[in-house]
Amino acid sequence: MNFRTLLAGTALALGLAGAAAAQDPVKAGFIFVGPIGDGGWTFEHNEARLAVEEHFGDAVETVYQESVPEGPDAERAMTQMALGGADIIFTTSFGYMDPTINVAAKFPNVKFEHATGFKRADNVSTYSARFYEGRAVQGTIAGLMTKTNKIGYIGSYPIPEVIRGINSAYIHAKKVNPDVEFSVIWAYTWFDPAKEADAAKALIEQGADVILQHTDSTAPQAAAQEAGDVITFGQASDMAEYAPSPRVSSIIDNWAPYYIDRVQAVIDGTWESTDTWDGIGPGMVKIGEISSAVPEDVKAKATEVMESIASGAYHPFTGPLNKQDGSAWLAEGEVADDGTLAGMNFYVEGLTGDIPQ
Amino acid sequence: MASFRLEKRPTPSQAWTWATPVLAVLLTMVAGGLMFAALGKNPFLAIKTIFYDPVLGEFAFYYRGQLLVKAGPLILIAIGLAMGFKAGIWNIGAEGQYIMGAIFGAGVGLAFYPTEAWYIFPLMVIAGAVGGLLWAMIPAILKVRFQTNEILVSLLLVYVAEQFLAAMSLGLLRNPEATGFPGSRNLQQFPAASNPELWAGTGIHFGVVAALIAVIFAYILLSRHLMGFHIQLAGQSPKAARFGGVNPTALVVFCMGLSGALAGLAGMFEVTGPAGQISINFNAGYGFTAIIVAFLGRLHPIGILLAGLLMALTYIGGEAAQATMQLPAAAIQAFQGMLLFFLLGVDVLSNYRIRLNREAAA
Repeated sequence: MNFRTLLAGTALALGLAGAAAAQDPVKAGFIFVGPIGDGGWTFEHNEARLAVEEHFGDAVETVYQESVPEGPDAERAMTQMALGGADIIFTTSFGYMDPTINVAAKFPNVKFEHATGFKRADNVSTYSARFYEGRAVQGTIAGLMTKTNKIGYIGSYPIPEVIRGINSAYIHAKKVNPDVEFSVIWAYTWFDPAKEADAAKALIEQGADVILQHTDSTAPQAAAQEAGDVITFGQASDMAEYAPSPRVSSIIDNWAPYYIDRVQAVIDGTWESTDTWDGIGPGMVKIGEISSAVPEDVKAKATEVMESIASGAYHPFTGPLNKQDGSAWLAEGEVADDGTLAGMNFYVEGLTGDIPQ
Repeated sequence: MASFRLEKRPTPSQAWTWATPVLAVLLTMVAGGLMFAALGKNPFLAIKTIFYDPVLGEFAFYYRGQLLVKAGPLILIAIGLAMGFKAGIWNIGAEGQYIMGAIFGAGVGLAFYPTEAWYIFPLMVIAGAVGGLLWAMIPAILKVRFQTNEILVSLLLVYVAEQFLAAMSLGLLRNPEATGFPGSRNLQQFPAASNPELWAGTGIHFGVVAALIAVIFAYILLSRHLMGFHIQLAGQSPKAARFGGVNPTALVVFCMGLSGALAGLAGMFEVTGPAGQISINFNAGYGFTAIIVAFLGRLHPIGILLAGLLMALTYIGGEAAQATMQLPAAAIQAFQGMLLFFLLGVDVLSNYRIRLNREAAA
């Protein structure tokens, strides 16, 4: 007997058991890249998981596994959940992309939802948030608040999602402060408080008085607090414990409505493979309260940017924009298409340094 | 008044040498059980989920294969390390050699893409071993020429290898069709360069087979071969070894080279098999965990085989306990830490005798 027949047999057995007890709760599984207490990315995904539990009560059971490394171990964690009877599995990090596709092929009756990737299948959907919209707001505040005109940026991995964020923040900082300069440090991790703190300290030593981060821990916030006179933004989660300063605002990932929708679709039998990419407008990206450390006029300007993005009146990537090498990208008034944004692998004009490659 | 006293044994007790790992596992179960209970989980269920379910539980048909997938690289690396450790040569950088083996192996395979030919995979195997070997030669040659400390050099080269891995994932080996995303082509989709399961569902791939072969060869080397005798002699008495005609330079080069080549092979089999691609975080710590496996197995080939399986069991079972019982990941790591702690702790029993003192009042 080979693996597939074994699995099919198990699935059949589970299916029969399911038929016997029609009121069995739907089981939703979650694979997390960091610990649920990371205070950022994974914390918010777990908040959304809890929101699913609260919304559905006894009709849905959730399970999760935290700190799952991206790679072969992830494949096992997903298989484990599918064998354990999960009906829908959310795999919440980019590096789970190939493992998700592999496992999904073995469990055609289980639905998979992969965050921030681009590979789909009949039972694999992808979803992500337009974080770059939030970065536009951050860039505006950063550009107006910096006194040294130096903004430090802690990148995780040089993937399109992160590069989009850097470009968006830079474009909007530059718009309100033509003298602004960005320096980017690549940490090659999503969650490593020690590395993140080191990166923040290095940037502060280089004169940065605003730190933006695309990593998940609060370590950069702590480093900024220690240094004094440095402002930061909560990443993925509000990180309000560092408000009003250094944390002056934040991007909050609000996954709960999406997760509830998708689990509902499984219950209703209407689940289909989709590609979702929502921003501030639909509420998947939220801007955390702009704190009292920010002057009123700056706050007003940031709010204006946020509202124009939310209403759809303004797109953060609107021409004229050139690429870093000076070649033309978007003409006056032209708006970037989603395809280019999804695979963005270049800096816009004015950014210094190279994207590692 | 009664008190205890430790008395050094003239030679380590044979019986205790083999009994202490079992005792350590039992103590870990007790202490770990207490920790799980303190976390509000049923300790018996947790221990059963970790130690019993992957082998004999409902989904054991899947987990048994995964045990081999996880144990294969651990055993392969630990066998190489143990040879050096026996001789007092401390290669701590197997993680880096593992990475370099994967890069060399995958690099050769990707250079042939999309050619399909029988000789590609064997070439990749050789390249993997060479990659690990060359990386291990750096601390080896620095040691024999300049008396540098191989512990430090080999360890620090792990971080260099990690940077090199990131550079390869983002540059030379990046999948040209991945529109800006890092990571190489997936070798699982390139049959000539892939290392699939040999029998579906068993978890057995060439790396697992290589690990078993390594166990057998290491056993023969240590018990039947002059080099094995030299290794043991150098570890037990460096002076005697020198008089006995052991060439220390050759021994360092041999032990570092062997452990590097085996670690490189493990990385190569992993990247072509379970992992599938070169990516920034391809390495998952096998090179470091293998050090624990080598000692847990008493630096003995059969012991390492068993220790590798046990270590894999704590990983697979630990993950299962996380997923089904919602135990925190940190609790599982603490549990694995306890295992090593108790193993080293109870070692005292094989080297010392416990004597009960009955003394009159002082």
